[in-house]
Amino acid sequence: MIRRHLPVLITLAVFIVGYLICLAQFPSFASTRVIGNLLTDNAFLGIVAVGMTFVILSGGIDLSVGSVIAFTGVFLAVAIERYGLNPYLAFLLVLGLAAMFGAGMGLLIHAFQIPAFIVTLAGMFLARGLCFVLTTDSIPINAPAYGQITDIAFALPGGGRLTFIAIVMLVTFAAGIVLAHFTRFGANVYALGGNRTSAELMGVPVGKTTIRIYMLSSLLAALAGIVFSFYTSAGYSLAATGVELDTIAAVVIGGTLLTGGYGTIIGTLIGVLIQGLIQTYITFEGTLSSWWTKIAIGALLFAFIVLQRGLSAASVRSRST
Amino acid sequence: MQPVTEQPQLLEIRGLTKSFPGVQALDHVNFTLHAGEIHGLLGENGAGKSTLIKVLTGVFRRDGGTIRLEGQDVAARDPADALSLGIGTVYQEVNLLPNLSVAENLFIGRQPHRFGLVRTGEMRRRASELLAGYGLDIDVANPLSSYSVAIQQIVAIARAVDLSAKVLILDEPTASLDAQEVETLFGILRRLKSRGIGIVFVTHFLDQVYAVCDRITVLRNGRLVGSRPIAELPRIELVSMMLGRELAAEALHRNQRPAVTGEPLVAFRNYGKSRLIEPFDLALRPGEVVGLAGLLGSGRTETAKLVFGIERADGGQAFVDGRPVRLATPRDAARLRFGFTPEDRKTEGIVAELSIRENIVLALQAQRGWLHKIPRAKQDEIASRFIKLLDIRTPDAEKPIGLLSGGNQQKALLARWLATEPRFLILDEPTRGIDVGAHAEIIRLIERLCEDGLALLVISSELEEIASYSDRVVVLRDRRHVRELSGDEVSADTIMTTIASHS
Ligand SMILES: Nc1ncnc2c1ncn2[C@@H]1O[C@H](COP(=O)(O)OP(=O)(O)OP(=O)(O)O)[C@@H](O)[C@H]1O
Ligand SMILES: [Mg+2]
Repeated sequence: MIRRHLPVLITLAVFIVGYLICLAQFPSFASTRVIGNLLTDNAFLGIVAVGMTFVILSGGIDLSVGSVIAFTGVFLAVAIERYGLNPYLAFLLVLGLAAMFGAGMGLLIHAFQIPAFIVTLAGMFLARGLCFVLTTDSIPINAPAYGQITDIAFALPGGGRLTFIAIVMLVTFAAGIVLAHFTRFGANVYALGGNRTSAELMGVPVGKTTIRIYMLSSLLAALAGIVFSFYTSAGYSLAATGVELDTIAAVVIGGTLLTGGYGTIIGTLIGVLIQGLIQTYITFEGTLSSWWTKIAIGALLFAFIVLQRGLSAASVRSRST
Repeated sequence: MQPVTEQPQLLEIRGLTKSFPGVQALDHVNFTLHAGEIHGLLGENGAGKSTLIKVLTGVFRRDGGTIRLEGQDVAARDPADALSLGIGTVYQEVNLLPNLSVAENLFIGRQPHRFGLVRTGEMRRRASELLAGYGLDIDVANPLSSYSVAIQQIVAIARAVDLSAKVLILDEPTASLDAQEVETLFGILRRLKSRGIGIVFVTHFLDQVYAVCDRITVLRNGRLVGSRPIAELPRIELVSMMLGRELAAEALHRNQRPAVTGEPLVAFRNYGKSRLIEPFDLALRPGEVVGLAGLLGSGRTETAKLVFGIERADGGQAFVDGRPVRLATPRDAARLRFGFTPEDRKTEGIVAELSIRENIVLALQAQRGWLHKIPRAKQDEIASRFIKLLDIRTPDAEKPIGLLSGGNQQKALLARWLATEPRFLILDEPTRGIDVGAHAEIIRLIERLCEDGLALLVISSELEEIASYSDRVVVLRDRRHVRELSGDEVSADTIMTTIASHS
């Protein structure tokens, strides 16, 4: 029991230790304001990370998510500001487009047995390229709906705010947990990551599941893109570059095995929060360059991958006769 | 035993044909399975047994022939489809999903659910109930990988039967089970049989065939040799059906030889690793075969891993030619010209995507260093020599090794180490999954190698076999070397009593 949940427990321990360190230096970390901001600032990352967790659990990877976020922002800006489209209609449209895009990638991966790495790399260039086709400028979004949505927030005791986008992220995580652990689809995702051939022989609908996984990932990337556009109130072709890598890092730090088959959604949430924590700490510190965030995350990631190797080697050894 | 032929025909295969590039894997094969019978499907490595099963269950598409299930023409599109038709299979190589829980493995694709959500509690309850019927009382919430191969095997059977209770196919289910586990399995098979399920059982162990089968069908080179009730089939006739030639009974036995004398080639003194294996002494002279016998989990494989440097000893000393040596990694071992063929060929040895030739020269190439590439002509020569020597069934050496039949992969793995011309070779279950003909050849090969001064350490669960070729036998129990048998003491009986005795 303990052994099975060890990776998540370690992630949680890292988060708690990290939080305590921050708290010791900056007592304001206990305030709801900092916590609220932590959630809001990392909302879009959290949302993509949920989709990415499914992808990695199934033994795949999705490099296109950063570009899809950028595309979403640019699409919304152009549709709303240039063509005067109703923002809500624009949201639906872009979610639909993204779902189709993801399904297409999943179909290619399954039908032609092309590694996900290659297909989604192509998807990454394609989506980024489409941004530039739409516009090369950064277009501000001034639609009143945007103001209304960003104003929605629950006041927390102590002056903090639980914003709408933070709520969207938390709801996404809750839905992800249910989907991963309490549905047949979720079991099929784990099955694919465990052993594709076995899964197929056992009657798991491999093709359908693969397509849905990438569809889900792109859909959530688009949702993250919408949230990101609330956050920045603009669409820009060069936005969210490298977000796919931050996302993968969050998933891995959250205890999901890069080789697939093992991991949890809740772990990813903690992984995202650890990244957010590091960022917040560096902002508070003030003297450190923001590149230290990357360095710290790199070190953590490295430590976690080594740790996972160690754990899986240990479990193999404990079983061998 | 009731006369099984009176039972209705369950499955009828006529003229089944399947070819792969360069191989006619099945050539107009007929096969009939009755309800309530256990039907042994036999044949040498590469005879087409697994292919027959895979065509039947929709993994491969057939080129021709008909398959009837209860009188209806069927053509399974894929294994899931076969399952829904009533044909459940436990495959030879891959089985279940190690990362999912036992319950999920049993119920994947048909989990009980409400409002789209899986009812985990209900699923676990049913899983426990199902396994209780097989005499298994385990925590079904744990991942499958936390249980032994034997338990995993039973889970696979329970799943297949629960899904489709008409035909159950088992492709070499006993290859990695110990004697007691095999008995449990047979108990289960007999019970299923009495429920009217038709069972197809692929195995290389003749004892097992006689223990559970009602009928056997023999394939050779993709063709049907014959189908006979086992009660009226003498063993020697069965063997010659499989081989298509007479196999002298003594072919399985080693010629009597004088005891090997001289200085040890390799020696281990007080060698051990805590929690893995207790310290032991072991010495092998050139030309000597030492067998390691014991139950699964008694420390045989651990001894081999220590001796080859896969596990690092935390006490004791290793000697080669009387000089102390460093033996901390497999590289050290390879440098000392040790060789090792592991037990689990799927995960520890075979590089499935590489060709047979590349797999065979792999160890030799590694030994020479990757900068000194073995010339292609030399590689071809080595590969074709071993393909011939070990009778590896393949159209050519360039085929990816993953496409070979299970037993032929095993032979290629052996060839890999023989190619390095080792002085000391460790074989972990060298004849597992290998047919009788190849069995005899491998034993003869072992003999020839010893004449050339090779020292051999062999692990095997087959006591007769180990007794027949070993000069000495080390018996292990509970991770300890308990006794060393030599001379006249080396016999299956003594080994058995030593394993069983308490001390
Ligand atoms: N996917 C494949 N592609 C090409 N050739 C194949 C493939 N699968 C099997 N073969 C070939 O078909 C022949 C029959 O193989 P099969 O696996 O049916 O043998 P088997 O009777 O199960 O042997 P074993 O006892 O070693 O498991 C072999 O020559 C094998 O190399
Ligand atoms: Mg086979």
